[in-house]
Amino acid sequence: MTAAIRIEKLCKRYGELTAVDGLDLEVQVGECFGLLGPNGAGKTTTCEILEGLMPPTSGVVEVLGKSWRTSERELRERIGVALQETRLADKLTVEETLALFRSFYRQGRDLDELLASMQLQDKRDAWVSKLSGGQRQRLAVACALVGEPELLFLDEPTTGLDPQSRRALWDLIVEFKSRGRTVLLTTHYMDEAERLCDRVAVVDHGKVIALGTPRQLIDSLGGAHVVELATAPELPLEALRPLPSVKSARTQAGTHALAVDEPHVALPAVLDLARARKVELTQLTTRNATLEDVFVSLTGRHLRDG
Amino acid sequence: MTAEISAPRPKRKIHAPVWELTLARIREFVREPGALFWTFGFPILLTIALGIAFRNQGPQKVVVGVLEGPAAAETVRVLTATGRLAPELIAPANADRALSSGKVAVLVVPGPNGIAYRFDPSRPEAAGARLLADDALQRAAGRPDARPTTDEATRAPGARYVDWLVPGLLGMQLMSGSLWGIAYAIVQTRQRKLLKRMLATPMHKRDYLLAFFFSRLLALAVEVPVLMGFAYFAFGVEIRGSIVAMVAVCALGATSFAGLALLCASRAQNSETANGLVNLVTLPMFVVSGVFFSAQRFPAFVQPFIRILPLTALNEALRAIINEGTSIVHLPFQLAVLACWMVGSFVVALRIFRWS
Repeated sequence: MTAAIRIEKLCKRYGELTAVDGLDLEVQVGECFGLLGPNGAGKTTTCEILEGLMPPTSGVVEVLGKSWRTSERELRERIGVALQETRLADKLTVEETLALFRSFYRQGRDLDELLASMQLQDKRDAWVSKLSGGQRQRLAVACALVGEPELLFLDEPTTGLDPQSRRALWDLIVEFKSRGRTVLLTTHYMDEAERLCDRVAVVDHGKVIALGTPRQLIDSLGGAHVVELATAPELPLEALRPLPSVKSARTQAGTHALAVDEPHVALPAVLDLARARKVELTQLTTRNATLEDVFVSLTGRHLRDG
Repeated sequence: MTAEISAPRPKRKIHAPVWELTLARIREFVREPGALFWTFGFPILLTIALGIAFRNQGPQKVVVGVLEGPAAAETVRVLTATGRLAPELIAPANADRALSSGKVAVLVVPGPNGIAYRFDPSRPEAAGARLLADDALQRAAGRPDARPTTDEATRAPGARYVDWLVPGLLGMQLMSGSLWGIAYAIVQTRQRKLLKRMLATPMHKRDYLLAFFFSRLLALAVEVPVLMGFAYFAFGVEIRGSIVAMVAVCALGATSFAGLALLCASRAQNSETANGLVNLVTLPMFVVSGVFFSAQRFPAFVQPFIRILPLTALNEALRAIINEGTSIVHLPFQLAVLACWMVGSFVVALRIFRWS
């Protein structure tokens, strides 16, 4: 089976600035693949090169087994795109906007059915300017789906949406994938990636720094749980590392985060240590490890910090 | 919950992309009240204002001053009787000021030994007023006319200012409509990243640009009859030549300006830049291309440049057809100028056009 997307040694430079720096990636057909990283990591640039909207500086790009240089027209018919921050025409109605986009494709979805599946049928005669953020984003995704694409690109589809709208969009993506189609998604929301993506690539400074299923990446921390604690006075991190079941430890802003296999083993040891050293615990929490922890352990930075 | 009974909505027909794009343009246009006003309301208001300001009210009376003095009252009576002069008594202290400010064209100074006329010979109306006043005063004093004379007032149709003005306003409207309408819409779409979004579909760039032309031509089908109809009913401005020729020239003009609009919009990343460029293109032509006053008032050495501007060519062609009834075949120069602008601006615009 050919890959839906294949990238080798992709580079994109704008003068001095290197946005994408030797990126390799392969996305299989039927997969929902997530590009994860902070703002400015090169996700959007990579996406726009894959969408044929900008030429790479160097490297190999294959989409659905074709190259943009030789098969642009065919590829345009077969992919769907929702760009970051596109603002559709304010004074067209939902239905007029969809009809316009539908007219560009030789084959595509039935508008009534698409409106219904996007929960926009009540808004079909409303101007785009009158829609809520979530409705607008659903319309943007509907415009991406109207040509019945085999491969869907979603660049930060849920940024700025309320939780309910995000969930509604997630359902749409899951539904699209369930029909054997491929999705490439960029996001800086970890929960979104964990929930939707079969595999994710963590991107930083234009390079892939980790690749795998969300589970694999979290397991790579060594422990599926995170114990976060702060003490007064502060305990040295070195004192915490040798405790039983602690796989790795790091400190950020006075809080220690321990990746832990078995919290019921690690926690008593932490409490014993605090008592023995006569320090006061000002914070103690345990939670499941997330992709955010993966990113922090790889880069030492949080995703939102950029 | 109440059940609503409604007939199933008929399936929406999807048209060819170029037609859907044209429809979208027209919908966006008619849903924008401001654009509607500038396209339809403004030219009509301008026609009304200028038509009234420059309406022909028969011969204008010329104001002449009469210096206060013993014979002043009799002089005023004689001058009033001409029906063409409006004499006004002027106190000696105000005499210089009345002349220098142009309040009076001539100052008549009746004296015991004759009449003195004070006026600035460089003012065109002054010499005429002096002759009129002198003629009336001499006759009143008993001078006989050596030969009988009669005045025959004539008025050629299509020779009023408003007749001359309306084709110019039509040309101006075609220019503004195309430039503002198209350039602004393209730059807005680019700014919203919608241009890029549409480029990510199989849409043909050609269709996108063609839709602007079609929507402009459809708008013309309303704009031209509205302005010409209004001018006809309100001011009796007639189209003396062929209406078909006029429509053809309008379409050619609108297309040339559409090309210029593409050029203005080809690289501008925001509407401020586009506004500046459109003003840069349109404002000089408002002034020199003979919209409100004849382009021939400019010195001879700039005439060759003025004549090859698209608005000058369009206004000349429209005036020839509307005012003089000239056949379109006698306007090869103007048509060629418009065609050159159209082709030239297109070729350049398509080369440098930035889609994202």
